[in-house]
Amino acid sequence: MSQTPHSIPDAAGVPAGTAPAAIRARRRHLNLWRHRSLVLGGIIVGVIVVAAVLATFATPYDPNKQNYAALLQGMSGQHWLGTDQLGRDVFSRILVGARTSLAVAAGAVAVALVIGVPVGLVSGFYRGFWDNWVIMRIVDALQAFPFLILALVLAAVMGPGIRNAMIAIGVGYLPVFIRIVRGQVLAEVRKEYVDSARVVGCSDWRIMLRHIFPNITTPLIVQVSIAMAGGIVAEASLSYLGLGVIPPTASWGTMLHDAQGYLSQDAMLAVIPGVAIAVAVLGFNLLGEGLQEIWDPKLKE
Amino acid sequence: MAYVLQRIVTMVPVLFFLSVMVFGLIHLIPGDPAQVILGQEATPEAIQQMRAKLGLDQPVPLQYWHWLQHVLTGNLGQSLVDGEPVSHLIAQRLPVTIELAVGTIVVALLIAFPFGILAAVYRGRWLDAAALFTSTVGLSVPPFWLGILLLIGFTVKLHWFPSSGYVPLWQNLGQNLHAMVLPVVATGVREAAVLMRMLRSSLLDVLHQDYVRTARAKGLYGWVVITRHALRNALIPVITTGGLQIAGLLGGLVITEQIFALPGFGSLLVQAVFSRDYTTVQGATLVAALLVVMVNLVVDLVYGVVDPRMRLGKESR
Repeated sequence: MSQTPHSIPDAAGVPAGTAPAAIRARRRHLNLWRHRSLVLGGIIVGVIVVAAVLATFATPYDPNKQNYAALLQGMSGQHWLGTDQLGRDVFSRILVGARTSLAVAAGAVAVALVIGVPVGLVSGFYRGFWDNWVIMRIVDALQAFPFLILALVLAAVMGPGIRNAMIAIGVGYLPVFIRIVRGQVLAEVRKEYVDSARVVGCSDWRIMLRHIFPNITTPLIVQVSIAMAGGIVAEASLSYLGLGVIPPTASWGTMLHDAQGYLSQDAMLAVIPGVAIAVAVLGFNLLGEGLQEIWDPKLKE
Repeated sequence: MAYVLQRIVTMVPVLFFLSVMVFGLIHLIPGDPAQVILGQEATPEAIQQMRAKLGLDQPVPLQYWHWLQHVLTGNLGQSLVDGEPVSHLIAQRLPVTIELAVGTIVVALLIAFPFGILAAVYRGRWLDAAALFTSTVGLSVPPFWLGILLLIGFTVKLHWFPSSGYVPLWQNLGQNLHAMVLPVVATGVREAAVLMRMLRSSLLDVLHQDYVRTARAKGLYGWVVITRHALRNALIPVITTGGLQIAGLLGGLVITEQIFALPGFGSLLVQAVFSRDYTTVQGATLVAALLVVMVNLVVDLVYGVVDPRMRLGKESR
């Protein structure tokens, strides 16, 4: 929320040097709490990334190997998280699913960044007719499609598969990224250092890339973290619907979908992939939140 | 008045681009759409017929113009599967989704209001921290997984709720609500988490303003200040976020309907996607986007009426 001119600075708004001891102590306590979400988020994300990388090299079992002698087994020393309806090792599939999930989410965010950042930069820098009547109205139009419906329809039209899921989700993210970059550029363009750069004779491109862009990366990084969380859910959703990864590649979404047919026999089969999704999303959300709280001092606790 | 007019004028290009996107959908299909729709073993004559039926044998701008003329008169074409008018199919399914959406919003408000207000009032204390942490967790649990968990707990184990068997609202209210409880809770929790955070931070903003201090200085009791004075103004940004949430909600309901086998708008779309019924996909996508545009327009207009400060300088935000 923007501060109105009438608002009174609260404890967090008092400059550090002048704050009374009581407020300083309180702030230190709050900082600890703030860092906690950053640390927790960082640890969770780190663990998932490591799991995803490890899964590329080795998993306890072949994640796609079916074993009809060991169907729907519960947790055991042999199969830590049990086996699914085809006798495949659930733990191995969760590990591979982490890789699928991260890959699709990261690919989608990359698509959104590669298109969204230049468009937002140029649109916010030049403004005028194209910005106001074309680009931003296309952004509005794109935003009118519910994110998941857009991804669903795009994935349907292009066909399933990891690459198409990345594109479908990435296009869904475009409006948010264009808006954030553009909004930041609008605020930066008015600042003095941009005028100075102009006076010195910098070209528009140089001003945009070398002067403005470095100043807007902070909100962008926060958005990347939040978008990763959303991308994981979107990948799981598409895969649940059968429009994400192509079986037998493991995905948390397809695992959930398959498990739904065996709820009365083996409910854990549906619990485990969901826990994986929720923890991964929580990790990226906490990381994003933590980064935002560090970088945005005005943000109210 | 100028604000309303400006808001409506900017909608014109939005609707234009939106219609182009929906129209262009069918052209995104790699290869010949007619071939894709009919499958590999279709005869050349059948493909030719399908091309004519879809209007693909005409120049693209002309195709768009014809399509737009139909759409503007409410004709979304016919389903490629059973030949039924797409608008009928959508009209049949939409009420289910609207009921789900309304139920979700009710659940979200019931959770978000008390906890959002309490968290703001007891800012920084354990209650606030607990509410914030719970909402972070709530934001991270995908609604479709929560739905499956509810199914495991209340349907498979306890047998309290049916796993499917939707009955229209007007046929049997009790049975209908019975089938709606789990889906609505599954989607409502997430929306509640978003709204709670918004309400809390908005309320905190307002609580620092002069008029609230004045009210306090007049000797008004804390809760009176909060409910009568602060909450009113704090609600304005919450309404906007709530409006923006509608788009996400519509998307999320697609999966909820799948999980609980509800015959809503979302399952129509998913069905159409899998049967390659591209006219229905097109029509459903268009209707979803128009719904979102309409809700956002209403929210913006309400916003402008409630808070005159917002009528100016909106673009630079």
